[in-house]
Amino acid sequence: MDRPVHLTNIFDPVSTPAQAILELSWLVLWICAGIFVIVVVLLTYILIRFRRRRADTDEPPQVYGSNQIELAWTVIPLLTVVVLFLVTARTIRAVQNVVPSAEALHVTIVGHQWWWEIRYPTLGIVTANEVHVPVSDRARPQPTFLRLESVDVAHSFWVPRLAGKTDVIPNRDNYMWIEPFEVGLYLGQCAEYCGTQHANMLLRVMVHTRDDFERWVTAQQQPPVRDLSVQAGRDLFQATACVNCHTVRETVANGTFGPDLSHLMSRGTLGAGVVDNTPHNLQAWMQNPQHLKPGNLMPDMKLTPQELEHIVAYLATLK
Amino acid sequence: MAFAESPLAQPQAETPRLPLLVQLHDWVVTVDHKRLGIMYICTGLLFFAVAGLEASIMRWQLAFPNHDVVSPAVFNRLFTMHGTTMVFLVGMPLILGLANYLIPLMIGARDLAFPRLNAFGFWLSLFGGALLYFSYLGGEGLTGAGTAPDVGWFAYAPLTERAFSRGHSTDYWILSLLVGGIGSVATSINIVTTVVCMRCQGMTLARMPLFVWMLLVVAGMILLIMPPLTAAQIMLLLDRYLGARFFDTQAGGSALLWQHFFWIFGHPEVYVLMLPGFAAASEIIPVFSRKPMFGYAAMVGATLAIAFIGMGVWAHHMFTVGMSTMANTFFAASTMLIAVPTGIKIFNWLATMYGGKIRFATPMLFCTGFLFQFLCAGLTGIMLAAPPFDWQLSDSYFVVAHFHYVLIGGLLFTIFAAIYYWFPKATGKMLSETLGQWHFWLLVIGFNLTFGPQHIAGILGMPRRIYTYAPGRGWELWNLLSSVGVAFQALAVLCFVWNVIRALRQGPPAGDDPWDAWTLEWTTTSPPPEYNFETLPEVQSRRPLWDLKHPHDPDWHHE
Repeated sequence: MDRPVHLTNIFDPVSTPAQAILELSWLVLWICAGIFVIVVVLLTYILIRFRRRRADTDEPPQVYGSNQIELAWTVIPLLTVVVLFLVTARTIRAVQNVVPSAEALHVTIVGHQWWWEIRYPTLGIVTANEVHVPVSDRARPQPTFLRLESVDVAHSFWVPRLAGKTDVIPNRDNYMWIEPFEVGLYLGQCAEYCGTQHANMLLRVMVHTRDDFERWVTAQQQPPVRDLSVQAGRDLFQATACVNCHTVRETVANGTFGPDLSHLMSRGTLGAGVVDNTPHNLQAWMQNPQHLKPGNLMPDMKLTPQELEHIVAYLATLK
Repeated sequence: MAFAESPLAQPQAETPRLPLLVQLHDWVVTVDHKRLGIMYICTGLLFFAVAGLEASIMRWQLAFPNHDVVSPAVFNRLFTMHGTTMVFLVGMPLILGLANYLIPLMIGARDLAFPRLNAFGFWLSLFGGALLYFSYLGGEGLTGAGTAPDVGWFAYAPLTERAFSRGHSTDYWILSLLVGGIGSVATSINIVTTVVCMRCQGMTLARMPLFVWMLLVVAGMILLIMPPLTAAQIMLLLDRYLGARFFDTQAGGSALLWQHFFWIFGHPEVYVLMLPGFAAASEIIPVFSRKPMFGYAAMVGATLAIAFIGMGVWAHHMFTVGMSTMANTFFAASTMLIAVPTGIKIFNWLATMYGGKIRFATPMLFCTGFLFQFLCAGLTGIMLAAPPFDWQLSDSYFVVAHFHYVLIGGLLFTIFAAIYYWFPKATGKMLSETLGQWHFWLLVIGFNLTFGPQHIAGILGMPRRIYTYAPGRGWELWNLLSSVGVAFQALAVLCFVWNVIRALRQGPPAGDDPWDAWTLEWTTTSPPPEYNFETLPEVQSRRPLWDLKHPHDPDWHHE
């Protein structure tokens, strides 16, 4: 990749719907630029040409209107609007009326205050804040269809280089699709105000080659790593209230309020993008969850330093 | 013509100064439309300072990535209060204040139709605003969660439900808007009645100043849009306190229902705020171009068209909520259609200036700024009207830039134009041209520096309402420029404040008609007496003073 991976520029699409939107956007932009130039030139000319010269106190000729001219600047804009509307309507249909093909991947995105739950219902995978999808190519199109749900308030799923945003609304299922044609990491974030930590709901979409995607799926489908050297931490984890909100598969931890931790260390960030996911940051996060992301809904578990060390050691093995 | 011989044209005898307490008492008990108008405008300007301060803190927070000036909770309260204040406590009082002060003078009436209702409306608006700001003290409530409201100015459900918004801060938001809304409806009824029933002899609807026409349309719109907002507020109160489930999604309620209710108020509200700006420009541009308004009938028609179409575009705020293809297409069409009457207005203003002898006094300068900036606002509006483009731009900083170009670059500039234009009438003193020019140029620089770069931040993927952002997203420069612009805007406002204080203390006397203008308010003294006109005027054209000044070529030969 020669371009920086972090840019979220809508003028740099790498996915079919974002590309379709950009093509329409250029047309709209050019029409608007044309109108802008015409009006600004006219206005500037009038301001300079018809400014009052000093000591000129005569009134200019009084003109009250002209039906022909007024008709002209009603009809011409009207025709422009009709053209603009027809092209827009075509793009709306092209992006919105797409039916999933047989080979399409289905992913369910669930908005939470203030993180994203990512579910692959056909693959049996649950993760958080990172969407992994295979790349598409013209010979073998591989779109991904997203079903958007919310468990609490309204959010909005927006990864500018892949597609326009779609709101994630409780008690309503929304759908959108992406079809990325370049491998890489694409960022986005929640675009509908959803409360205190609206700013820290980062979305990371990893577009893999098909082989890499298969490898990722296989890894995620494995049961969590069982490392006997951290048995103490594992026991402690299962004995605290952590398990009420978090899931680690094949343990007593089956909460669904917080992110699934079965493969915690396979993810890049903590707290939906506030810090990199390292054992050090994990310890800082657990020591005082309100410090790194004030207002987030994870309570301070009041762990002793020793307990903390054990649990972090255990979680750090969940690759 | 009756007003020509009016003895009121002579300066009034100096009256002895009353004690301060008596003067204040007079202001509190007044039912005079001019005093209420001035109080509305002062209320609007006071809240403008407060909301501007809130915005400055937000810009300081966002000037640098990961900047830590205020906590996330405080930031969220700041943008909620900033937006709510600017729309309901700055925009509404300013436009209602101008309407209050000018309409009776322009149609040759002695007051509004219901002076006491007028006072009632003003005090409701003021106390509604006070109630909103009292939330800083009282919002915490018994269950303890935050102080001022933090749900955003359009308060999307279900964030406003008790599960997500504890304490009383949201209740203050609901109740203060409810109270202020009743005030706006009262004043609108008053404006409609006054314009329909109290025009002077000879002033047919077709001879009304465009300002009055547009404010009549605005008052009609307020009467149509306030009820849905009020209904939604009451439904939300029922949800919060009596266990209703209108918007409670966890009990089967609908989040979208709120959005429909809010925007069927909220979008026409934009035109309610913007049309008075057009109204002021339609009075000021002709006077300083020394020509009558080009295409009077088309201007009235375009105003009615904007109002009518404007009632059917609300869901363009909801292109991203997953509406059907049909709904998206319909609202794209209606929204784009608005561009046509708006375009007619812009071209008519240009045609008015074309062939004129334009004098760049401060009011005209502000109107020129308005024309440039409102053009930008209109064009970004067309971009947002195309749903696919909107799927990218909605809820990003591009939208923030767009509506600030509408409401600051468009509305606020025309409000300042109006204040510079009618201040001499209201006070009898002239504002300083030098300070006015400073005010204008600093505001043009500051405004464009603040909101221009926000278009780019939005295109680069920056969502609105975030209290912080990480470095490396390409947003740093645009945010820094945006924050620097605030300093220029603050200086501009200081120039204005100083200009007003200075003019009130030592401004040169204005005389009755300092701008050589044409409408009825310039026939009476500055400031006008309590009864406005000694004998009610009689008009024969749209520009009664032109007829008077040019008896050989009066307007009624041409209309």
